[in-house]
Amino acid sequence: MLKPQFASVDDVRERLNAAGYLTDHAIATTVFLADRLGKPLLVEGPAGVGKTELAKAVAEATGSELIRLQCYEGLDESRALYEWNYKKQLLRIQASKDDDSWDEIHDDVFAEEFLMARPLLTAIRNTHATVLLIDETDKADVEVEGLLLEVLSDFQVTIPELGTITAARRPIVFLTSNATRELSEALKRRCLYLHLDYPDADREKAIVLSRVPEVAEQLADQLVRTVRALRALELKKSPSIAESIDWARTLVALGLDTLDEQAVKDTLGVVLKHASDHARASTQLKLN
Amino acid sequence: MSGLLDREIAFLDALRRAGLPVPLSEVLDATRAMGAVDMLDREGLRAAFAATVVKRSNHRRTFDTLFDLWWPAVTGEPTTSEFLGEGEGEDGEPGQGNGPADPTAMRDALRDLLLKGDEQALQRFAREVVSTLGRSDAQPGRQSWFAYRVLRSLSPETLMASLLEAMLAGQERGGLAERVARQTITERVKQFQEMVEAEVRRRLAEDRGAEQVSKTAVQPLAEQVDFLRASRDDMAELKRQVLPLARRLATRLTARRQLGRTGKLDFRRTVRASLGTGGVPLVTHHKPHKPHKPELVVLCDVSGSVAGFAHFTLMLAYALREQFSKVRAFAFIDTTDEVTQYFTPGVDVAEALQRMSTEAELVWFDGHSDYGHAIEVFAEKYPEAIGPRTSLLILGDARNNYRATGAQTLKGLVQRARHAYWLNPEPAAYWGSGDSATQPYADVIEMVECRNALQLQEFVRDLLPQ
Repeated sequence: MLKPQFASVDDVRERLNAAGYLTDHAIATTVFLADRLGKPLLVEGPAGVGKTELAKAVAEATGSELIRLQCYEGLDESRALYEWNYKKQLLRIQASKDDDSWDEIHDDVFAEEFLMARPLLTAIRNTHATVLLIDETDKADVEVEGLLLEVLSDFQVTIPELGTITAARRPIVFLTSNATRELSEALKRRCLYLHLDYPDADREKAIVLSRVPEVAEQLADQLVRTVRALRALELKKSPSIAESIDWARTLVALGLDTLDEQAVKDTLGVVLKHASDHARASTQLKLN
Repeated sequence: MSGLLDREIAFLDALRRAGLPVPLSEVLDATRAMGAVDMLDREGLRAAFAATVVKRSNHRRTFDTLFDLWWPAVTGEPTTSEFLGEGEGEDGEPGQGNGPADPTAMRDALRDLLLKGDEQALQRFAREVVSTLGRSDAQPGRQSWFAYRVLRSLSPETLMASLLEAMLAGQERGGLAERVARQTITERVKQFQEMVEAEVRRRLAEDRGAEQVSKTAVQPLAEQVDFLRASRDDMAELKRQVLPLARRLATRLTARRQLGRTGKLDFRRTVRASLGTGGVPLVTHHKPHKPHKPELVVLCDVSGSVAGFAHFTLMLAYALREQFSKVRAFAFIDTTDEVTQYFTPGVDVAEALQRMSTEAELVWFDGHSDYGHAIEVFAEKYPEAIGPRTSLLILGDARNNYRATGAQTLKGLVQRARHAYWLNPEPAAYWGSGDSATQPYADVIEMVECRNALQLQEFVRDLLPQ
């Protein structure tokens, strides 16, 4: 069943802002559509631009339970969907008395009691508002995508022994991906798509200011512009929003109120995590 | 509503013609999304379409260009003239090409706007200058607009010096502050140029219909651009894509290798797992397959005509280093030298290419491609490079300046190698024309057409065994 959580695009924006996530118009509209059309939202973009944060903020803004499925290589059905608790089943069989007929035991061991629900099934069965976050979908094997198709298009799970379980209440679903591999067309077709990129200067400044309120506006401005100059350098790993925030925190902790060459040189390790990037930035920004 | 629906269908059709896959189910989604958002909110509409039909980030540019054409923000002439007040007020027909307003005053206005970085004002300014500076009467009764006219008379790049001056406001030149300011200005100038171009397209679309303009407005995707015809911008874009491309290929290749799970039985893990089921081994565990990793030898032509292609492919080969047990690279123009040492892990690729072209000994006679001599030298100097585990990859257009081909020597190399391929960036239709020596080579080695990044990707995927 579809129960929209948001009344309008502005409502999305206000409530996400209140939850500490500054959106722009495109993000707010896309989240609104995902909620309104009841479709999963695939969020793609470089690491550290706030993909996971978005899902968390939506959960907080709507007062929903956040259920998270972290994908990794080798993730399978029994970790993602459900598993029979075979140890308990074995115990049940061993404890059965001689007069229990096989039919009885058979029906008995495949009952709810022996079913261990994993994140996907839990999200489907929840009767209260739920946000399901399938994190780093691109890390999982291709077979997992097939598994997701039924869940994401019909919001149902088929368990051979129990039948089909349909969602009592549709969760809002977020899938995130770093685009290390192309997800299958079938999966993409079932999702709305949002590409999160590094934000424009104004929004990034606002984010830094809201996350690190101690930082002076002048310094935040300087910091954001420096980070943008770093991003233009074709580094191995460009600094993302997460790094900007860390950098602001570092500067505050060190009690620096202006970002001059010495300060950048001393704290560059906070934003750049590769030795070669470090060397490159130092020469290009003429820090030496 | 039906007029709106027709417009939507035509728009989605234009997207399809530009190469975006838009299946019917997405058309339905887009229509439903259109109904859910406020139609007067243009950016909301853009986001709604983007969410439903654009499923790849590299399609986004194309989408934005077409969206601006089909759903323009404004129509017609700018009604107010807030920036060019004096210039336009007096003459009713603002269209004598070179514009009525004083160019110096306009440059000053642009300079102030770039300094302030107010996007909306810049947008309005772009609209006004296109209608005054960009117009020319192509034929009587028919107007045309040109972005280059606007950009030439304003030449925003030349404002850099005075903008820097103003932005740095007395700070020391040459250091970090200048670099950061320069970046900010470059970004804003680029933004302004894009605004002008978009505005020109919009005016043209009003005159000739969005359909007509959208055919020419869209640039092909970087991965579909021919290596040999790629502009500097295309090449830069391609080079930026090497790492993500290599990462994607690498994950897919690893995934393919892990697909077969029929390795030897892992006795220890199986017994360990059986303890959970009362000693009955319900599930067997297997050791993973040891992947077969081939050695790769790349021999590439780095002469001017194919340099872009060779650089891109070398970068890709090195980015994929982990997929091979060993990678060796050799470059030649008319003689061959090993260039492996320039590509050590962690080194900056642009620098490596730079060092390669200055330090390696690639020219022996006159600096024109000589495949025959290059192959002979390679076979003579590095006989140990090719072995039974080696995949040999030759990159070049085989344009040999009518010299000896050395095909027999190449035949010997190919026979020693496990696999051997020749990647040719020229379209197959041109092979054998003029000084192209493809025929003698194609007899001894499998020659593959590899015109763009997409074809290269497919080739690499097929190269590695399962």
